[in-house]
Amino acid sequence: MATSKSAKFDIKTYGGFKAITMLCLLVLYAPLVVVTIYSFNASVSLTNWEGISLRWYVDVFTGPESEKFKIAALNSFVIAIIAATVSTMIATLAATAMIRGGKFKLRTVSFGLISLPLMVPEIVTAVATLIFFNSIGFDRGLMTIILAHTAFCIPFAYLPISARMQGVEDTYEQAALDLYATKRQAFTKILVPLMMPGIISGFILAFIVSLDDFIITNFVKGAGVETLPTAIFGSVKQGMKPNIMAISTMLLGVSVLMVTISYFVSKSDNTK
Amino acid sequence: MAGGAASGGSATTDTYKEARTWLLMPAWVTLSILVLAPVAMMLVYSFLTKEFRGGVIWEFSLAAYDQFFCDRGLFGDEPCTIEWTYLQIFWRSIWQAGTATLLSLAIGFPTAYFIATRPEHTRPMWVFLITIPYWVNLLIRTVSMKFLLRDQGPLNDFLINIGLIDSPIHIVNTNFAVQLGLFYSYLPFMVLPIYAAVERYNFSLSEAAADLYATKWVTLRRVLLPAVKPGVIAGCILVFVPSMGSFLAPDLLGGAKNFMIGSLIEEQFKGNAGNWPFGAAASMILMTMVLVLLLLYARQQARAEKAEG
Repeated sequence: MATSKSAKFDIKTYGGFKAITMLCLLVLYAPLVVVTIYSFNASVSLTNWEGISLRWYVDVFTGPESEKFKIAALNSFVIAIIAATVSTMIATLAATAMIRGGKFKLRTVSFGLISLPLMVPEIVTAVATLIFFNSIGFDRGLMTIILAHTAFCIPFAYLPISARMQGVEDTYEQAALDLYATKRQAFTKILVPLMMPGIISGFILAFIVSLDDFIITNFVKGAGVETLPTAIFGSVKQGMKPNIMAISTMLLGVSVLMVTISYFVSKSDNTK
Repeated sequence: MAGGAASGGSATTDTYKEARTWLLMPAWVTLSILVLAPVAMMLVYSFLTKEFRGGVIWEFSLAAYDQFFCDRGLFGDEPCTIEWTYLQIFWRSIWQAGTATLLSLAIGFPTAYFIATRPEHTRPMWVFLITIPYWVNLLIRTVSMKFLLRDQGPLNDFLINIGLIDSPIHIVNTNFAVQLGLFYSYLPFMVLPIYAAVERYNFSLSEAAADLYATKWVTLRRVLLPAVKPGVIAGCILVFVPSMGSFLAPDLLGGAKNFMIGSLIEEQFKGNAGNWPFGAAASMILMTMVLVLLLLYARQQARAEKAEG
């Protein structure tokens, strides 16, 4: 690393790139920081700053819209738990076949199918899913959201899980198999525990993706069923109010917290 | 290849090859039913007749595509001339997404380069910093952006306070606001693949160029850039594709005048004024464009790999 050389002769360093990086981080974080700060604003108006207060947080829990937000939060949470759990299980099994299943003809096709939700624009997935449920006469409601999220979350769970599996060598499984463990035992007793950091990290990412999804949910939810993002969108459309800042800040906090956990879990090494 | 048990460990093995069909079955079934079948059904719907209260009548019709491409005059009985309304919306989407992509590239490339040349143990931390905002709800990020950019928002307040401007700049409800919103939404997608490419880049090539009296900028343009081009292209695609179909940024930041494909599609499925076959047709056209783009990219990648190997 050429840190000791002066910048002029250091061919790796370009003047201004550091400043642009700082600008990049500023752009990425400024809107989030600003909303967080203003969520503590005591003023009824969005514009004036009248000191720090928790009144809008209290308003989220006790105010006129609190009932709506409570139901929406519960819906969001139930949907995210179910969708993330199912998609993580599907992704774990698929990753085992893809990484520990040798070479096979349908491998590329399978990978294409798994990453399909990432390649098709989200609004197209949303339209297609709505049309599909409509064509088979499936009534829209919580169930349609859960099904759509489960499929959409599979690639998000799959990527960290398969990345982890590629980093775990099969020596322990081989040792177990040499000691007459069945393949099933090698999978459940050795591979899955070794894979846990990847599986947890995949689960968390799938959970956040489901919790945050707006576009697909907006299409496949039935009338009257709301999740947090659709409830927030509805409120924003009627005009921005300070309580939206508060609820957004809370949701933002949950996402950041969970990503941080996922980051540290996936970095942890339990193979030693 | 599977190394076998004797020669130490390997990560890609064929340990579970007997079970792989069963292991993949849940993924195949779920994705076939919930992604592939819906897309196929969408194709079918785009050729059906619209029902006036939303939904479709099961009768074959080309009306949706005709409405998209053909202008048949006020009474709909003239011969087909090109209908510009929807093509214009598509063109605007391409333009907006393209501008957002260039903006992301201008900021994302130096950022990715800077991160990739940090000491190795600090790089994951930088990457983490760049990815956090991506995981925050897109809706909340877009709302935050709107809040920041409003006429009476913190940005204008700040600029007036430091005396840079006298009256607020109108940003919200302009094309520029949408471009900013898209840029902000997908910026991490630009940084990550370029970062990965620069990290793999062999800097002794740059040193060789410097030894041959190339200036730093010539080295950047003629040596580094060609080497990391796949990463740059990947970043551009990852920003351009979701920008094209985005709904939230144009809806919340752009207002009614800055309609993009996403809003056009959404409108067809809301309430009674919608036209499901037309929405399905517009979605098909969008999806085809995106898949063609991805296919071209995959072919280019394959060719690049062949040239390398």
